[in-house]
Amino acid sequence: MHGMTTFADQPIEDQIAQWRAYLRRRQAVDGPDVEELEGHLRDQLAALTEAGLGADEAFLIAVKRMGNLDALSREFARAHSERLWKQLVVAPEADTPANTSRTEMLVVLSLAVAAALAVKVPALFGLPLSPNDEPPPFYFRNASLFVLPLLTVYFLWKRGSGVASGLWLALPFAAGAVFANVFPFRTGSDTQRLTALHLPIALWLAVGFAYVRSRWFAAAGRMDFVRFSGELAIYYVLIALGGGVVTAFTFMMFSAIDMNPDWFVAGWLIPCGAAGAIIVGSWLVEAKQSVIENMAPVLTRLFTPLFTVLLLAFLATMVWTGNPINVKREVLIGFDLLLAVVVGLVLYAASARDPQAPPDFFDGLQLLLVVSALVVDGVALAAIAARISEFGFTPNRVAALGENLILLVNLARSAWLYARFLRHRGSFAALERWQIAYLPVYAEWAALVVVVFPPVFGYR
Amino acid sequence: MDMNKDLVAASATPLVLAILAEGDSYGYAIIKRVAELSGGRLQWTDGMLYPVLHRLERQGCVAAKWSASESGRRRKYYRITKEGRAQLAAQREQWRAVDGTLRGIWMRACTV
Repeated sequence: MHGMTTFADQPIEDQIAQWRAYLRRRQAVDGPDVEELEGHLRDQLAALTEAGLGADEAFLIAVKRMGNLDALSREFARAHSERLWKQLVVAPEADTPANTSRTEMLVVLSLAVAAALAVKVPALFGLPLSPNDEPPPFYFRNASLFVLPLLTVYFLWKRGSGVASGLWLALPFAAGAVFANVFPFRTGSDTQRLTALHLPIALWLAVGFAYVRSRWFAAAGRMDFVRFSGELAIYYVLIALGGGVVTAFTFMMFSAIDMNPDWFVAGWLIPCGAAGAIIVGSWLVEAKQSVIENMAPVLTRLFTPLFTVLLLAFLATMVWTGNPINVKREVLIGFDLLLAVVVGLVLYAASARDPQAPPDFFDGLQLLLVVSALVVDGVALAAIAARISEFGFTPNRVAALGENLILLVNLARSAWLYARFLRHRGSFAALERWQIAYLPVYAEWAALVVVVFPPVFGYR
Repeated sequence: MDMNKDLVAASATPLVLAILAEGDSYGYAIIKRVAELSGGRLQWTDGMLYPVLHRLERQGCVAAKWSASESGRRRKYYRITKEGRAQLAAQREQWRAVDGTLRGIWMRACTV
């Protein structure tokens, strides 16, 4: 009779499990629907095997009769349009039962609370955050150390990594803590500021190792981490916007009853929220991979033309007016950031692109963007070099120059690979490989700035 | 016979409601009943029945309940509601009108 619960045949059970897992990945089909459809599949299988079909044949026919899963989930989406939204917040993991995702939520919440509290620990040792003074530099130097180790713990837990890999990954963080705190920085020193800026970049690599584990040496693994980083940035901005609204209301409401919430906002709400949001944002990216996944590519498509126009307009204006670049500290950093944005656009365009697809208009636009960025940066670099030869080396200038060169090398090579690809001489995969292979260079340079710069420049 | 897709889709709602009007049922049994009633001429993609059922459930035409099947596995049973019966009556009128019209012209074609 149909309705037999399980089949004696283990392979069939495996196939059903596979089919179920495949179905569960659909946003529009929720848990009970999967159960209902699986019940149907089993009834059908039982009827077919009873009619004398072999288990494999029965499975093939039953799955075929169930219909194309894409079309099916489209119909489900149409019948349950609200689900696509609901999925944004609570999404049971694809192939784990619901209680695991509850455990995960607990883990995430405790880690987020731990990150928030970690920010308050220095206050116990006489380094409070007060609304009236600048936060002590200790906070800036160690900002990444409050959160990133906990984020690493989350990924170690999530990926089920062993204690041994956890201990290995503790090393970079321990080293980071040492180098951020042993140097006798002078007050307001440049090298201290450089450490604060570069330590998170260096340690992000360690997070990456925890994120992809052994797949670090496979290109796809690193690309996943690139996607993760971009999506986390998007979520973080969204959370920060929400936090801004909460802050505004806190001020408005408590001022209305003549209370000054300064101490709470500056000492708790903003620092603790900023720390906890990294963990929560990472969890959201993990839980909802497919929702925002399309965001980074969309933003890339939107901003590639805009930045290309901006760069070309800038070049044209400079040629037209003959105004030279007036090199100040902000200009150095500004042009580095510009290059970083362009590298980001190239990277995210690559992450979203099907490497097999032939070159199209957008690839040409990317090449134009990269080339114009190279020209603009060449001009800026000449100005920086002139400045250095005139006024000598400072830590800021050397750091800016180094970053500029690193990004320049990346973009020059990318332009070359893009050009080859557009002329059908090379594949897009080569460009992707180059971007991926280059990733550790950023972290290595950042580590170099943290470790070597302060003593070399006498902690000034 | 290769049936027009739109026709199959349009007939799905009255057919499901009519089958549920015979008695409570569940997805697989409904599909079997459709095949039986149409002599295999109406072929549904099995999975597509469920969005139809869920839409009817949302519109209040059917009510659903999970209960144990004879195998012990949970199964979702559907029951037609009062609104469902009203909907079925309305649909029957519409189909009768279509059917009557077509029948009229085809009968004439035969007799000419």
